[in-house]
Amino acid sequence: MAFSVTINGETREIDAPAEMPLLWVLRQELGMVGTKFGCGIGMCGACTVHVDGQAARSCSLPIGSIGERQVTTIEHLEKTPVGQALQKAWLDEDVMQCGYCQAGQLMTATALLTNNPNPTDRQIEGAMQGNICRCACYTRIHRAIAEVAKEGVVNV
Amino acid sequence: MYKDLTQEGGPQLGRRAFLKVSALAGGGLAMSASFPVAAHAAAGEAASAQLNAFVTISPDNVITIVGKNPEIGQGIKTMLPMLIAEELDADWDQVQIVQGHTDAAKYGPQIAGGSFATPMNWIPMRQTGAAARAMLLGAASARWGVPMAELTTEPSVVVHRASGRRATYGELASDAALLPVPATDAVQLKNASDFRIIGRAIGGIDSPRIVRGEGIFGVDTQLPGMVYAAYERAPVFGAKLVSADVAAAKAAPGVIDAFVIEGNGKADELVDGVAVIARNWWLANKARERLNPQWDNGEWAGHSTAKYDADARAAMAAGNPQEVFASKGDVDAALASAAQVIEGEYAYPFLAHVAMEPMNCTALLHENGVMEMWAPSQLPQAGQMAVAQYLGVSPDKVKVNITRMGGGFGRRLNNDYMVQVAAIARRMPGTPVQLIWSREDDVRSDFYRPAGWHKLRAGLDADGKIVGLEDHFVTFDINGGAFNPAAMPADEFPAKFVPNLRYGQTKMRTAVPMGALRAPTSNAVAFVFQSFLDEVAHATGRDLPTLLLDILEGAEPEGTVMGFTGPQAGFDPRRVRAVTRKVMEMANWGQPVAEGHALGFGYYYSHQGYFAEVVEASLDARRQVVVHNVWCAGDVGAHIINPHGAMNQVEGSIIDGIGQALQLAVEIEGGAVKQSNFHNYQLPRMPMTPTIHAEFVLSDNPPTGLGEPALPPVIPALTNALFALTGKRVRSLPIDTSLFA
Repeated sequence: MAFSVTINGETREIDAPAEMPLLWVLRQELGMVGTKFGCGIGMCGACTVHVDGQAARSCSLPIGSIGERQVTTIEHLEKTPVGQALQKAWLDEDVMQCGYCQAGQLMTATALLTNNPNPTDRQIEGAMQGNICRCACYTRIHRAIAEVAKEGVVNV
Repeated sequence: MYKDLTQEGGPQLGRRAFLKVSALAGGGLAMSASFPVAAHAAAGEAASAQLNAFVTISPDNVITIVGKNPEIGQGIKTMLPMLIAEELDADWDQVQIVQGHTDAAKYGPQIAGGSFATPMNWIPMRQTGAAARAMLLGAASARWGVPMAELTTEPSVVVHRASGRRATYGELASDAALLPVPATDAVQLKNASDFRIIGRAIGGIDSPRIVRGEGIFGVDTQLPGMVYAAYERAPVFGAKLVSADVAAAKAAPGVIDAFVIEGNGKADELVDGVAVIARNWWLANKARERLNPQWDNGEWAGHSTAKYDADARAAMAAGNPQEVFASKGDVDAALASAAQVIEGEYAYPFLAHVAMEPMNCTALLHENGVMEMWAPSQLPQAGQMAVAQYLGVSPDKVKVNITRMGGGFGRRLNNDYMVQVAAIARRMPGTPVQLIWSREDDVRSDFYRPAGWHKLRAGLDADGKIVGLEDHFVTFDINGGAFNPAAMPADEFPAKFVPNLRYGQTKMRTAVPMGALRAPTSNAVAFVFQSFLDEVAHATGRDLPTLLLDILEGAEPEGTVMGFTGPQAGFDPRRVRAVTRKVMEMANWGQPVAEGHALGFGYYYSHQGYFAEVVEASLDARRQVVVHNVWCAGDVGAHIINPHGAMNQVEGSIIDGIGQALQLAVEIEGGAVKQSNFHNYQLPRMPMTPTIHAEFVLSDNPPTGLGEPALPPVIPALTNALFALTGKRVRSLPIDTSLFA
């Protein structure tokens, strides 16, 4: 099947079965490997992308279901002020160990702060609890998000 | 030849770096470490000069340092080059780091495991940097006609103070490369007071690329014309393939090929299976559903965690272990005449590693017969040998590129996925193949932390001193190779400090593959012995830190002993005392805590690191465990080389341990693993993260590793806190909260 999907503002033509998850389209049909495979069942968040600005698990999102909606991936993160601020905070806090889950963590954090620029600690935990970090860098992830919220960075 | 985008020479390094490496490729890269390579400047323009296997300097003063060890998140790709840069006296801002390929002759051991990298490389990496610096001094000395002794360095600059002359390393490098490389043991190392880089908190070198989503992990490897493979293997360990409908899988959409692969009977090399190859891994994996494989499970389908547990408990009840592996004095007499005898049984489950990046490996059989691999492996040199052996070729016919890994935790010490993809790629010469495992494959085809059972007895005299100690350890009979994760050390604490001792074991048969999980052995026996000692402490009216200090009273440091990687500082009771007292102070041990909360203590010495930890826990309204605070004092020697990476390891280890204590277990049913993915193997998540207060106690010892030693003590610290809170002793992991109902 041929699909036309908007990814990072660009229209991409994809020839794949309708059930193929967006994750595998991104990684292996389009060569965009920033979005990561972790579990395949939406339990770990490593594959998080934005669909119309909301965090979504690309491993469980059939390509045929996307339609007109806008997909944004980690490769596009630095194009928004919130994404850029989070990238910087991630580096300032030296958040990561292995780093494999961090694309998903950043995408979830960006969706959180875009929708709620001033979350409470509990709201940060609530938003981030779907993202596993096997290295358990949670303290630093939390701190980096809180730092950006404190700076009051918003997308215009 | 294809380029590995994640490594040396990749276009992501930027144009300047790319040109530089291209120049090098004209004559430098293949040369041996001691051969000066400035000669390739004959190409015309000034080129970079390689001073040794690890250090290359460009005319514009960019210093490229090779990180030789595999990066699994332990920070080694940043930390080992810091050691070189320190003694080279490099300007860190002008250092770039590239990952070294697998090459034992060039780089020596390339290992991510055992927390070995720091003790193994603390001196050699610094000597490597110092040798390169000496060559730069030599070049300046010759150029200016002044004695070397009058020269000094500032970051990346050689200075002659008397004349005010200065030259950058880049200006001197091509001359320096023509000088003989000094013997590493002849070079002078800096005094610690002169360190500019060691001790600086430096962020992970790859982190800027990771936050941009660049593909630098093994599974991100992309090669022209690459195809993807999935591998169907038996759910039951030890089973053999009888048949599979290969034709049906071949007919599935997008599938290029499918074929049976005969294993060699070794779980750590190649098990029977069916490879399915497609243009997209999702298609390959989906086609597995059509295989309808039939397996001969032999005797193993009858094995289960329930059976192992029943057999182990029967063995402990029967007494008499199969073999005694540590014995002194007369433990029976000591127990018979003791004023008090404490008994306790403890058990812990199999655990999986579940690194976030599922197992994978990429391979390409070149026309010249070389099998080139892109391997996320903690032991790439061993993987190279295993693949060479499987293919029946010499190791130089297997080229292994080391990729960054999305976690290791010991899983990638085994290289089964390397042999697996080699077995597939050999049938597809000229076509790069990337093998990827699903998460289910990963959970169900691991080398598990061995489950274990212990029955302990301690005899105490009228003063509460331990006069006799006995452990009957029930474990598994496995071929653990050089390191057996199902074995317990004969000197397991407090063995050396009790007069009468017997540690015995009984081994059960199994086909479940087992291996090292972060802090192997320690991650299990710390819970057992520190819980049991907590029982002894309570029985004698003391707390555990006091008992620990009492046991060690008057004990002397061991001096130098032979360790896994060579001579090392032996067990030093002074360091135990220091971290114990430090953590007691940090946690206000002995002072009242919040209503409904309690503190617990745990200590452990592993991987040459001394860690004492205190956990503050409570139970919530549903009687579930809440961990509020963890205090940690650790001694890993005189220097914390990179405080960023170091603290990250400590924090991660503590949360990892809490996750193991609270909610992780792999269960065997019908000879296979029952768990399959993160819904039934539940890793810690952000909301359960406690506040961690960690400090290092510096001691006058060479620095040692931090990937592991902070993990073991947090588990007993938590279970001991729960005892203090509820009076209930946790005797098996993970913690069954119905105990507190």
